[in-house]
Amino acid sequence: MALLNAVLELADDHLILGHRVSEWCGHAPMLEEDLALPNMALDLIGTARVLYDYAAKLEGKGRSEDDMAMLRVEREYRNCLLVERPNGDFAQTMLRQLYFAAFMEPFWKAALTSPDEVIRGVAGKAVKEMAYHIRHAGEWVIRLGDGTEESAAKMQAAVRELHRFTGELFESSAAAAFCEADGILPVRAEMRGEWDRVIGMVFGEALLELPDVPYPQAGGRDGIHGEGLGHLLAEMQYLQRAHPGAEW
Amino acid sequence: MTEATPLWEVFIRPRNGLSHKHCGSLHAADEVMALNAARDVYTRRGEGVSIWVVPSASVFASDPDQAAENFEPTADKIYRHPTFYEIPEDVGHM
Repeated sequence: MALLNAVLELADDHLILGHRVSEWCGHAPMLEEDLALPNMALDLIGTARVLYDYAAKLEGKGRSEDDMAMLRVEREYRNCLLVERPNGDFAQTMLRQLYFAAFMEPFWKAALTSPDEVIRGVAGKAVKEMAYHIRHAGEWVIRLGDGTEESAAKMQAAVRELHRFTGELFESSAAAAFCEADGILPVRAEMRGEWDRVIGMVFGEALLELPDVPYPQAGGRDGIHGEGLGHLLAEMQYLQRAHPGAEW
Repeated sequence: MTEATPLWEVFIRPRNGLSHKHCGSLHAADEVMALNAARDVYTRRGEGVSIWVVPSASVFASDPDQAAENFEPTADKIYRHPTFYEIPEDVGHM
């Protein structure tokens, strides 16, 4: 049961961020990014699919990966708050991607030695994808932060907006802590050193400063979400709910 | 837009042992961003193992008006094609 919930947390993180990033499709500021963003979204959704499939098997109630993704309600979602934050502008989207990937890359790297075969399999693929997401998003953060007056202002605003959601990445839910104690999943708090190093390196080049966070935000692991998630789910789940079992 | 993000020509090597081939162009602020964009735009279906990007401004092209004097004189020099050798079947494609 603990593993099921911990896998769902991971799956939800990836699906929700993947959906958010996919919202850029057709709206990106340049053609090159209009391809790059859906690429990244598909990396995330691909990871989510394997994890949902695994969660459905662990649950053993005959549900499918699609049921897990499309037929759970808002309070059942266990994603962290960072990934559900609205896209905002391009600076916010890139920063959110950097924050998430800089956490997941060392996480999957540590998971490469997990005794769990599925986790190990996902990790092997995802660790490379996250390394690229760090590079792609990081290079943009550097250029926007150390760019024009306007781009620097937007990048700083993105940091002020999103930094308060990063602490939750390193907090383990009861389910996650249980799996961490068994060595099945890496200890989230242990990603802090590598995350600080990567963010510090990018921020140094981007001329950005780490802000004080008087009120860190958390609650996603308990199903307490911002109002944006409901809107996201309404759009994402509409088809399966209006036409149950629809395929194309 | 094009002032901040000039044009780059993209070359992809499909496999080790083959040469880089021109596959298109894109806009990017500098060579790092151009390489990332090339990866995102031109290698989504496993097209390559290596990427080159070159500023389009660095490419010098032959003049189409000189096409006749450049290329047509070769048309009647069939002796430059090594088609008069008999190749043993075992050799296969040269």
